[in-house]
Amino acid sequence: MSKIFHVMYDDDAKVMTAAGKLVGQGIRVKDVYSPFPIHGIDPVIGIKRTRLAICSFMYAMTGTSLALLGMWYFMIQDWPMNIGGKPSFTLLENVTAFIPVTFEFSVLCGAHGMAITYLLRNGTLPGMPASNPDPRTTDDKFVVEITTDNNSMSAEELEAAIRATDLLELSIKDA
Amino acid sequence: MQREAAIREPLILGHKTYKDITDDVVGPIMGPAPLGWKIMITISSLIAVYGVGCILYLLGTGIGVWGLNKTVDWAWDITNFVWWVGIGHAGTLISAVLLLFRQKWRMAINRSAEAMTIFAVIMAAVFPGIHMGRIWVSYWVLPLPNQFGSLWVNFNSPLLWDVFAISTYFSVSLVFWYIGLIPDFATIRDRMTKPLPKKIYSILAFGWSGRAKHWTRFEEVSLVLAGIATPLVFSVHSIVSMDFATSVIPGWHTTIFPPYFVSGAVFSGFAMVQTLLLIMRKGMNLENYIHVKHVEYMNIVIIVTGSIVGVAYLTELFISWYSGVEYESYAFINRFSGPYSWAYWIMMTCNVISPQLFWFKKIRRSLVATFALSIVVNIGMWFERYVIIVTSLHRDYLPSSWGEFHATNIDIGIFIGTIGIFLTLFLAFARFFPVLALNELKTILKSSGESYKNEQAK
Repeated sequence: MSKIFHVMYDDDAKVMTAAGKLVGQGIRVKDVYSPFPIHGIDPVIGIKRTRLAICSFMYAMTGTSLALLGMWYFMIQDWPMNIGGKPSFTLLENVTAFIPVTFEFSVLCGAHGMAITYLLRNGTLPGMPASNPDPRTTDDKFVVEITTDNNSMSAEELEAAIRATDLLELSIKDA
Repeated sequence: MQREAAIREPLILGHKTYKDITDDVVGPIMGPAPLGWKIMITISSLIAVYGVGCILYLLGTGIGVWGLNKTVDWAWDITNFVWWVGIGHAGTLISAVLLLFRQKWRMAINRSAEAMTIFAVIMAAVFPGIHMGRIWVSYWVLPLPNQFGSLWVNFNSPLLWDVFAISTYFSVSLVFWYIGLIPDFATIRDRMTKPLPKKIYSILAFGWSGRAKHWTRFEEVSLVLAGIATPLVFSVHSIVSMDFATSVIPGWHTTIFPPYFVSGAVFSGFAMVQTLLLIMRKGMNLENYIHVKHVEYMNIVIIVTGSIVGVAYLTELFISWYSGVEYESYAFINRFSGPYSWAYWIMMTCNVISPQLFWFKKIRRSLVATFALSIVVNIGMWFERYVIIVTSLHRDYLPSSWGEFHATNIDIGIFIGTIGIFLTLFLAFARFFPVLALNELKTILKSSGESYKNEQAK
């Protein structure tokens, strides 16, 4: 029977110490729920750096290309207009006038693309149910989640190790 | 954990715990609406209704109901537009630029400053919208395939750049604001006991649970959005200034406009933040979070940007003489000595002289003086745009068509009305939204909370 341990702490420093101690004993921490980002916890519990910034760059470059392609089509290819004698025959000649819109459109795509990716990857979308184990974790409590599934220790051994940390509450549920 | 020099004033006063921060911010949302709030929102929504009435009258009758004439064909409409966009800039500056510079004091004010940005940009967008006359075809500003042959919008025009700039700015600010709000909505959701509000906040919270991986992503997204919102905010007001600077009207045709407008925007935006927050901190008992040090920091930004604006005014005057162009010189001589000299001197007094009072530490740290001066700056920055726009237009190349602009009741009604709509939106925000970035504030409690700092100092 696999079990889920929800270990509650009342301070972020205690979470850091406890997580370090547990990981040091070879225990894998599944997740940490906290009201605010605990700086420095990611490498301890094995969370890799997010690649969202790379996504944003790619979305922004898509925006740049689309903006230039669009303006080339509207202003150069489809219907070149003589506006105040400004050059309208090649993209290269006219590109200086297109820089503001290119920039704005790149930012638009980069920002919104990244925001949408962020929400989808998190699974945080309108109407989604909350999955924090205890409502106090959005206030002032911190919960470390450990399961027997991704640990080689038995439930008893895990519980003993967990109880050795400076915890506030422990809840054990069957998965 | 980060440490901060002991001599720095703490950013969070009082002996707060994590729970106290939640209680102080979420408490007012869960409790009944205070009487003062009810009175204020009633007054501001009545003004808003009057403004909407004026707008509907304008749409039904045509823009002839404004005081515009053949010579002064742009006046209050574009003045109000630039004024509102400028006010909006402080929100992005506080949340994006100060985030990049790791200024922790931004956390107490960024949420409400961003709300102010969003509402101010909505108000700004009203003016070009209604100035089109036929607002129902306002989608023609977008390059859409159409039945008029291949009729595309003009991508060489700064007015079209503005369409892209303002819509990008508005939507990116909205996303930036909302992503920050999600964890705070989750806090409200988990504390709310009444079923209907709980349901609404749980929809707004998007199912946020505060997992470690989500927080990592949250911080990355905030940082990248700050990184791209910073050039965005500079580009937006630069483009607004190019609406004027790329024309060949003496008084507008100057290369100094983009930096001058950007610093003016930050200047007026911070003044508006002061006006709103000084009332809000009192009304919502947030004195421990937004205290004199925060006000002082903002006043320092006001001195710096106000002085940049002052230098820009003087540079304009000097260059108009140094250029040797008769028309250019006349535009500026006419500005400070012509029929609109009263507006010019109001602008000079409010924007250049009055903020210099903030060099005195006593004044800079006085809440009453700050509030009074913030109103003065708001007025001064409105007059700056009025001076630039109306004085440059009212005497053009042909003396036979020289004229003056007289605002009508509809001009005034729409402007006052947008202030009413803005205040109504802001008051609604203050009542139902977490007005401080409460979960972000918890991250600085241990490095900059008063009791923690005192302990470290021992």
